[in-house]
Amino acid sequence: MSSWDRATGIKLGLSALALATIAASPLTGATSLGRPATEAEIAAWDIDVRPDFVGLPAGSGSVDQGMEVWESKCESCHGTFGESNEVFTPLAGGTTRADQDSGRVKSLVGPNVPQRTTLMKLSTVSTLFDYIRRAMPWNAPKSLSDDEVYAVTAYVLYLNDVVSDDFVLDQDSIREVQNRLPNRNGMTRDHGLWDVAGKADTHNTACMKNCTGEVKITSSLPEYARDSHGNLADQNRSFGPVRGTTTAASAAPAATTAPTQPAGPSRLGMAEENGCTGCHAMDDTIVGPGFRQVAQRYAGKAGSLDQVAAKIRAGGSGAWGSMPMPAQEQLNEEQARELAEWILSGAN
Amino acid sequence: MTGSNKQRGRISRAPENFLSQEQIAAVSSGRRDFLRQAMIAAAAVTAGAALPLRAGETGGDPEILDLPPWSKTLGKPVASNPYGSPSKYEKNLIRRESPGLTRVGAASVSFAPLQGLFGIITPSGLHFERHHQGWQDVDPARHRFMINGLVRTPKVYTMDDLMRLPSVSRIHFIECGANSGMEWGNVAVPTVQYTHGMLSCSEFTGVPLSALLEDCGADLKAGKHILAEGADGSSMTRTIAMERALDDVIVAYGQNGEMLRPENGYPLRLVVPGVQGVSWVKWLRRIEVGDQPYGTKDETLHYVDLLPDGTQRQYTSIQECKSVITTPSGGQTLIGQGYYTITGLAWSGRGRIKRVDVSTDGGRNWRTARLETPVLSKALTRFNLDWQWDGSPALLQSRAIDETGYVQPTMPQLRGVRGTKSIYHNNAIQTWAVAASGEVSNVQLG
Repeated sequence: MSSWDRATGIKLGLSALALATIAASPLTGATSLGRPATEAEIAAWDIDVRPDFVGLPAGSGSVDQGMEVWESKCESCHGTFGESNEVFTPLAGGTTRADQDSGRVKSLVGPNVPQRTTLMKLSTVSTLFDYIRRAMPWNAPKSLSDDEVYAVTAYVLYLNDVVSDDFVLDQDSIREVQNRLPNRNGMTRDHGLWDVAGKADTHNTACMKNCTGEVKITSSLPEYARDSHGNLADQNRSFGPVRGTTTAASAAPAATTAPTQPAGPSRLGMAEENGCTGCHAMDDTIVGPGFRQVAQRYAGKAGSLDQVAAKIRAGGSGAWGSMPMPAQEQLNEEQARELAEWILSGAN
Repeated sequence: MTGSNKQRGRISRAPENFLSQEQIAAVSSGRRDFLRQAMIAAAAVTAGAALPLRAGETGGDPEILDLPPWSKTLGKPVASNPYGSPSKYEKNLIRRESPGLTRVGAASVSFAPLQGLFGIITPSGLHFERHHQGWQDVDPARHRFMINGLVRTPKVYTMDDLMRLPSVSRIHFIECGANSGMEWGNVAVPTVQYTHGMLSCSEFTGVPLSALLEDCGADLKAGKHILAEGADGSSMTRTIAMERALDDVIVAYGQNGEMLRPENGYPLRLVVPGVQGVSWVKWLRRIEVGDQPYGTKDETLHYVDLLPDGTQRQYTSIQECKSVITTPSGGQTLIGQGYYTITGLAWSGRGRIKRVDVSTDGGRNWRTARLETPVLSKALTRFNLDWQWDGSPALLQSRAIDETGYVQPTMPQLRGVRGTKSIYHNNAIQTWAVAASGEVSNVQLG
């Protein structure tokens, strides 16, 4: 509130003439607003750590301590060994001892690059420390102490064999770790996309007539993926120069020729077609619970598939609050089970 | 009146049992519009063709002859919808996620429905979203903005302070560096919403960052870079070159005449014209002036472009010149042969759009499109071109040229330099195939 008092004070001191001065030459001298930041305020917010370790706080943490934090706060998303799950990208793996020696990750070269883990890309260890400190754990960012950040950073480095199991990471040892990062030499800022006057990568010309020989289509969406993004008829206006193409499975006879397509998109399409997604989002409550909230509640419970399938067809209220869900009688038992199965498996 | 009577007379001639029990209930409950809808549907089926009806039989189009309810009833009062929303008939045009692209909604993307938008301004409610750790609705009274680092006086500003200062309003595009990223290797998604929908354009209002840096006495000699940082859980950080920061960067609170939407950083975000969206830090809480780049996660670890030689480009920023046809585009079907306006968007992170060419034969021959005004630097530019569709297959492309003379590349040209694992900064020419059926689909050419 003291800032408001100050601002008011300045405001009262401003004459029409002073305002005119601001407009002509913004924020000069006494007419400027805002107030000096205190040391404590800067310390509270200035948490960034640069590659040259400016901003690095004092502290330390061992691989063992890191494992403890990992198991309670990180493992659920990132996996026991940093392999992560299908939701998040793997952190560790994909590098060799030779990569550590050269500072270049060999598997990044060529056309068949595997999924890139964090440690395959990481070029500055400060980045890992800074990010864990400011943004992890994902659902409780900035809740780790500096020592815990050191410990978790050490553990991630250990998972990728950058440090040994008895390593203690602190404000000094982090500097030697930098020299062991597998991809420390694999990055460049020497390109045309940094500066507005940078050099372009390509040099196409604006040819107007007979510019190419035979034109060949080399890639298009496979027929089975027609409805991968739902019914496109429902994603365009129903008037104007075009209509959305009907791609719903029920409306596209061709879809029956591909019965074994991946479950995800088509089940989502089914949920959309039947109006489920009007009230149910993937994760959060809209009118009814998110599909994944349902999955969570029923996880591991016997008979849950039958229960949810029946619930879909019969509707009702009470389980998630008083808002009633209408009965979905247009679905036969098999379809309801199909939807229930998809929901209970996490709606993926 | 006679025509109207005639029209009403058609009700008795309607096929028997064409109303369902449900519809009969609706009619008996007084919902006459329901009956009318059902009747028109039945008439359309009977005629085997869409309205309008043949004049000889009916005297004309029932939409003209039979006055609609909105012509014959009292409308709704003012402010019954105090913050207006689109017509109920517009519900198809919404932000959408691409199924399977991400697995958690709080670290995901929603795409703007470019296939149905006009002009260059993206309605704020349809602006694309990209959140790394969910979005927050920050209390503006509790929001603070700090400038520290290599400055004479580190300072704190409240929203009161910032909104009292002289402001600028400028129209700029924002594009995620990963826009079109799914298409590097092959066609992956069906429509322009998913191929190009991480793109929006708004009028942003705020204080030039240069003025605030001056106010704090930034050391412009030693201070070669700034760090921008958000107030949300991710506290997103990006390094921006001082030269850029002093040029046209805005500390913005306004968007299209109102405050920023929460999903777009309410109450304060950085606007970095021409630069990829991740640098436009949302819920902006701090700017630090420094002599070195900061090496943050989203500039050195993510948002890096992998080249065929295994090198990864860090600190990529500029969005190069690009364009796309939005109508007709993938997932749409033309309603018949004849005249169409091919229309789309062009933009460049390096300045103004100079010209856009359009091809209907897969890039063999080109015609120069009209640029709709305004044509602004680092903003979307709308183009259009007349086209007679004769019912034969066509391959539609657009090719933008910006004021530096740079010509938007073909996909093979871009792959020749960047390979297929770059993820970010795909600004290649987009191709839409029009089939004889009128169906338009996403394709790539060799």
